[in-house]
Amino acid sequence: MLKIRNLHALIEGKEILKGINLEVNAGEVHAIMGPNGSGKSTLAAVLAGREIFKVTEGSVEYNGKDLLDMAPENRAHEGIFLGFQYPVEIPGVSMVNFMRTALNEKRKYFDQEPIKSSDFLKIMREKKALVEIDSGLTNRSVNEGFSGGEKKRNEIFQMAMLEPELSILDETDSGLDIDALKTVAQGVNMLKNEHNATVVITHYQRLLDYIVPDFVHVLYDGRIVTSGTKELALELEEKGYDWIKEQF
Amino acid sequence: MDVATENKKISTELSDWYFSSRDRLMASSSSLINAYRPEAMEVFRELGIPDQKQENYKYTNIGKSFLMPFRKYIEPKKILFSVEDLFHCDIPDLDTEVVLLVNGWYYENQNQLQTLDNGMIIGSMAVAAQKYPDLVKEHYGKYVDFRTDGLLALNTAFAQDGTFIYVPKNAGSNQAVQIVNLLLSPEDLFVQHRNLVIVEEGAQAVVVVCDHTLSGNKFLTNAVTEVFVGANAHVEFYKVQNEHNDSQQVATTHFHQERDSHVNFNTVTLHGGLIRNNVYAKLNGKGADNNTLGLFLADQNQHVDSYTFIDHAVADCTSNQNYKGILDDKATGVFAGKILVRQEAQRTTAYQTNNNICLTDEARMKTKPILEIYADDVKCSHGATVGQLDENALFYMQSRGISCRESRLLLMYAFGHEILKKVTISPLRDRLDDLVEKRLRGELSRCNSCSLHCQ
Ligand SMILES: Nc1ncnc2c1ncn2[C@@H]1O[C@H](COP(=O)(O)OP(=O)(O)OP(=O)(O)O)[C@@H](O)[C@H]1O
Ligand SMILES: [Mg+2]
Repeated sequence: MLKIRNLHALIEGKEILKGINLEVNAGEVHAIMGPNGSGKSTLAAVLAGREIFKVTEGSVEYNGKDLLDMAPENRAHEGIFLGFQYPVEIPGVSMVNFMRTALNEKRKYFDQEPIKSSDFLKIMREKKALVEIDSGLTNRSVNEGFSGGEKKRNEIFQMAMLEPELSILDETDSGLDIDALKTVAQGVNMLKNEHNATVVITHYQRLLDYIVPDFVHVLYDGRIVTSGTKELALELEEKGYDWIKEQF
Repeated sequence: MDVATENKKISTELSDWYFSSRDRLMASSSSLINAYRPEAMEVFRELGIPDQKQENYKYTNIGKSFLMPFRKYIEPKKILFSVEDLFHCDIPDLDTEVVLLVNGWYYENQNQLQTLDNGMIIGSMAVAAQKYPDLVKEHYGKYVDFRTDGLLALNTAFAQDGTFIYVPKNAGSNQAVQIVNLLLSPEDLFVQHRNLVIVEEGAQAVVVVCDHTLSGNKFLTNAVTEVFVGANAHVEFYKVQNEHNDSQQVATTHFHQERDSHVNFNTVTLHGGLIRNNVYAKLNGKGADNNTLGLFLADQNQHVDSYTFIDHAVADCTSNQNYKGILDDKATGVFAGKILVRQEAQRTTAYQTNNNICLTDEARMKTKPILEIYADDVKCSHGATVGQLDENALFYMQSRGISCRESRLLLMYAFGHEILKKVTISPLRDRLDDLVEKRLRGELSRCNSCSLHCQ
């Protein structure tokens, strides 16, 4: 589904990604861990199409297409979803309007008619129940005044609404209380099937108890320096990153 | 020719016009309107057209507008076809009494002065001054101080007609009066109307003013509206400016507010080449409350200048100004908001905010608060921003599949809605929302070559 080859990216002349290689197939769950500032969010942003990062080398193939060639909105239509580490507040744009516009833009991309109002509201209701998000939140402006945890839950709600093929969840677990973590993980697991894939970026082994990864990668200084199975996460939890930093 | 010589030339031309048409002017009007003319003309000859050396007109070269060879009339030109056929404006579900002003004259094919069941009088300013001289005399020219601005003096010297609205004591009305100012002429035209709104003690009024151009000619308007708001009276006043970009206007609205009166004034500017809006509010009785808001959307070479002057003359009044602007292309904008708190105006609360978005590097916005505070027990604040659309929000939306264009529209719309949501009459709010959205989508464009595009 996703093939990243030797990806280099910079911002303000500073190279952040220094040759990433990663392959994600349908049905898989990948976890990316790594110390602060190593480039995890940058990788996620580059995949989602954030233009402030300049790709200087390498390629990303997504379902056989050149991902880097697509506008961010088209990547979304093609099934890529980024759960933001820091979701953005958009005062004055209601969640309902936001989601309806997002769904309709996708339908337009596939030459479909706009969604019927009643159908839309039905989907909203279903997905709200799935991720147990408070109706009060979806009646407000996008993320405006949401607590840290509420914002994260809202990311999962949007993911449920958009039904992506490849979800990249950037520290969706941070800021969540234990119960919220379970519901969010449950939501992710329920949305999972053999056709889609998930990349979770996290600092904590705890999330991986709920969303069990097939692969764990360590990103350090712009490179994936080691990969393994879920046991690697346990090892990191125990030993920290120093032993990796020493190696490189 | 330098600006000073130019302005001198314009002033001379206008005063020559005054003296050559004075007899006809006087013959056509009520003596109470005529009474103001000589002094107003004298003041105009002294002040002339404001130039950019004047602090209040620093960023707007209004003299340039007057240089164009506009036709001027002191009696209405016959309109050769029916305005009703051309113009149709509806605000669904809003109960309105619609009156038309064509080129500054009260449109002839409508009742020139009508009295509604609740005692409210609506009609032509000229006719009202003849028919109700005592009522008009008590208020006409009493609030606007033409000694402060050459353009106010000019309007006062030439004032003949406009809209007159009178709401008697304690009369309530849910019905809005919609004044549609139409500009429609085969020639380039200079128009000056003069309007008077009297809302007596305890009364309520809703006024919606829409400015429209129906022909592609150049227009210049210099309009003055005085609004008297009696004790405990409540006035909702909305202005929707949608003239084509070859038109220019200076519109002055002056509210005189008595004790415990409320005014909500909201100006929505959609199109127009050069627009200068002056808003004066004198809070003249304790407990008076004024909310002055504005939203303008400008693109191409539009220039929109908003000047406000809130005069806290007595104690215990509140005022709140909130202006927003979105500027695209090479549009320019100005906001200068003055708050005067006089010495005796203790316990004043006065707020002002002005937020703007420049969508391009070439768009320019000047914003400046002018605070003059002579009382010591005052709550006063002001804040101004000029920024861009939030890049993070744009990317967030795009990452959800919303195109760049649509994301920008959503953000602009949200920005503007802050002002529109204060419109208390919901059918009008919906209509304005709709107009603003259309404007942002570029579906409300005015093209200069076509004259029959107005819906
Ligand atoms: N907009 C930006 N401007 C300048 N530098 C940036 C920008 N965004 C990221 N960086 C830099 O890129 C590097 C990688 O940042 P990134 O956010 O990808 O790290 P991360 O691995 O997600 O860290 P964390 O675990 O703290 O979330 C950091 O040194 C950061 O300062
Ligand atoms: Mg990060």
